[in-house]
Amino acid sequence: MIALTTDPIDVASALKYLHTDQAGAIDLFLGIVRNSTQSRPVDRLEYEAYDRMAIGEMRKIADEANRRWPLLRYTIIHRTGTLLIGEMAVLIGVATAHRADAFDACRYIIDTIKQTVPIWKKEIFTDGEMWVNAHP
Amino acid sequence: MKDTASVLLFGITRDITGQSAVSVPLPEGACVADLLSQLYRQYPDLSGIRSILVAVNGEYAESDQVVHSKDEIALIPPVSGG
Repeated sequence: MIALTTDPIDVASALKYLHTDQAGAIDLFLGIVRNSTQSRPVDRLEYEAYDRMAIGEMRKIADEANRRWPLLRYTIIHRTGTLLIGEMAVLIGVATAHRADAFDACRYIIDTIKQTVPIWKKEIFTDGEMWVNAHP
Repeated sequence: MKDTASVLLFGITRDITGQSAVSVPLPEGACVADLLSQLYRQYPDLSGIRSILVAVNGEYAESDQVVHSKDEIALIPPVSGG
């Protein structure tokens, strides 16, 4: 299950989807909006996506994770729009028979999302704003 | 024959140009690198971005890929999801 959404991410329903009798391990990674960047206070974040391509790139990452590890189920949900401190920006979930595969696959998915999926994050500070990673 | 291409913009590239899409001249046989050069000429501030990739029809494109005016072309500034 791969999705972009402007609504709050529902952890309980993601977990329910991941649950299967063959799964000995379920890993969830939750990316949360924190209140500062390099000690500069953050007021909120704005996420923007190139929706069509973002879904395609997330699909590729999931397919690659599927090749590398024996995944029983997975889910990738990324939120867009304005997010306040403490809100969840992304949920990655994987279910596998054994825990090592679940940890490894989950980490691979979130790390690769940050490298290849066309989603952009603007940090709104109390005294300005900046697109993350955009400047040298 | 000179044609034009519409290029979708996101993130900082949208802020710099003030537009969500820009139109650029696209001579026949032009590749991704030609398109980027033209955009840098039109909007010099784009060169202050760490790196810009180009997507054609929803896929990352190499700099020598030929683009056509009917393609869906997008600028991809450094991503930062998660």
